[in-house]
Amino acid sequence: MPPSPSRSRTWPTVFLFLAPAIALLLLIYGYPIARSLGLSLMTQNLGTQLEPQFSGLGNYGRMVGDGRFWHTLGNTAVFTIAAVTIELVLGLAIALLLHRKFWGRGLVRTIAILPWALPTAVMAVGWAWIFNDQYGVVNDLLQRLHLISGPINWLGDPALAMVSLIVADVWKTTPFVSVLLLAGLQSIPDDLYEAHAIDGATPWQSFWAITLPLLMPQLAIAVLFRFAQSFGVFDLVQVMTGGGPAGSTETVSLYIYATVMRYLDFGYGAALTVVTFLLLVATVAIAIALLGRRGLRQL
Amino acid sequence: MAILKVDNLNKTYSPKSIPVKNVSLTVKDQEFLTLLGPSGCGKSTMLRMIAGLEMPTRGRIWVGDRDVTPLRPGDRNMAMVFQSYALYPHMNVRANISASLRLRKLPESDVNQRLRDVSAKLGLDSLLDRKPSQLSGGQRQRVALARALVRRPEVFLLDEPLSNLDALLREQVRAELKQIFERQSAPVVYVTHDQTEAMTLSTQVAVLYDGTVQQLAAPSEIYHRPANRFVAGFVGSPQMNLLTLMCEGNFACLGAYKIPLPEPIARSPQAIPQTIVLGIRPEDVAVVEPASDRAIAEGHCFLIENLGTAKLLSLSIPHGDRDRLTLRALVPHDLPLPSDQISLHLPSDRLHWFDSQTGDRLG
Repeated sequence: MPPSPSRSRTWPTVFLFLAPAIALLLLIYGYPIARSLGLSLMTQNLGTQLEPQFSGLGNYGRMVGDGRFWHTLGNTAVFTIAAVTIELVLGLAIALLLHRKFWGRGLVRTIAILPWALPTAVMAVGWAWIFNDQYGVVNDLLQRLHLISGPINWLGDPALAMVSLIVADVWKTTPFVSVLLLAGLQSIPDDLYEAHAIDGATPWQSFWAITLPLLMPQLAIAVLFRFAQSFGVFDLVQVMTGGGPAGSTETVSLYIYATVMRYLDFGYGAALTVVTFLLLVATVAIAIALLGRRGLRQL
Repeated sequence: MAILKVDNLNKTYSPKSIPVKNVSLTVKDQEFLTLLGPSGCGKSTMLRMIAGLEMPTRGRIWVGDRDVTPLRPGDRNMAMVFQSYALYPHMNVRANISASLRLRKLPESDVNQRLRDVSAKLGLDSLLDRKPSQLSGGQRQRVALARALVRRPEVFLLDEPLSNLDALLREQVRAELKQIFERQSAPVVYVTHDQTEAMTLSTQVAVLYDGTVQQLAAPSEIYHRPANRFVAGFVGSPQMNLLTLMCEGNFACLGAYKIPLPEPIARSPQAIPQTIVLGIRPEDVAVVEPASDRAIAEGHCFLIENLGTAKLLSLSIPHGDRDRLTLRALVPHDLPLPSDQISLHLPSDRLHWFDSQTGDRLG
């Protein structure tokens, strides 16, 4: 390949081809991010302050002392870490099962993805009823099994409400994880397991030495996707608990929504958004560095 | 040392799908047995059953006086080289080779010693820290081989180990394989569909077809005295000419010429069949002067393929009233061919006779 002349000719061409995509990305992602950044430096509250007024880092300073912010951040972290961990373990177990040969496997695989296909708001209503203290099937079952004496107010107790949310989220998104991991399992050739068995490995040893390392790219993708989604969870919580009882399940997204839409405090809402955004980006970057650096490159 | 014995081995998936039909084989120390056959003949299923990757429907597998049939693959003390090499992609060469030793919890010093030995023998010293994806096809093949050798197993199993290499490399690695396994005492079972590999590497060849052993013999025996029509046609390149001829008295008729039947058939006139299959290898067909008294057939040459060291002639021989037979002859590349019409001599000691019904060798 001749060096500079052809390269100088190709660069404008390359840019030309990339331009529509870049323009679109700037419009959809770049502009809102920049606008939020700008807004977060202003004081603008439709209740008291109609005209935006520059206030520097005032909104950020306010955040440091805002107990509700730290509380919702903690809720979000608990929800995310618990849900994603359970989904990974459960998703991997289901993927391993679905990877085995059995009669009717195709049908079972299709059924297994169904929870993922349901709209979150719809399934959240369903789960709210399932955990209902008077009519819910969970209480009914536990009572019939004589595991509890009286009905439990799942969504009315701060700790149990969080548990209920996690259960519902796990139910909905584990299929996504297991389908992703199943695709990864299918890309591992059988003869690696056969060679390992001849080398003297038990299936358990093969799982640790072959399956897990070769599944790393898919595991990393699953963690990133699920982490980003859980961290921004809104609809599930809004429908099931509304952030209650007493703010015990309020996540950052819910708080931002309330700040902007209920208190009409656009400036502070924007600042909250920016901080959440940066936290998310930082965590994803760390996750990539730790988990998937090698794995993602293989994709 | 070990003897591998396969006793009445059978694999039945369904009444219509029986890839291995009651095969018995014995492979002794120093022996190199090749399972040779076309795809679908059951040779790979055989090997996988010996390795323990598949359970036989019936039959037993012995290593020495140990019945290994119920044992897991890892407990059989056999090493296998896969067609795809099956190298662990996330481990470097060192880890790939030593994986089996570490699984067996060999002391670290032994592991290192064996690793050094085998990597020196196969010239892998400079590659130990590479990943399989950073190796060429030939290098991967050597790593797969090293992984088997390092085990010092009682039996070696090789499943078409050369078929993923390009032609030039294959020849080179084939020679390396021969040198390596000549120095090993453990029995080797080698699966291939490539007759050249079977001929050059083996001490014994088992030709498989349709789940049964067609012939089990030394390579030269397989080549020079094929046990039936299938073996005759499968082994040898270019393929042996197989002509179905009518019998008349003690002779088989090839066009206007008559070829005497071999002794054992000719001696008992009532046993003479109506038709018989005559086999002759293209390199055994001799071209003679026109109208020479040695000529026993005459044909029209309609195709000449130059193979470099030799020419392959395709001849059409008139046979009966309307029929024509095709015969191929391998002749020296510089043989002058003044005309399309060629006289042939078929040396009687190079003829193979087969029953036209059963395909079995006659005489």
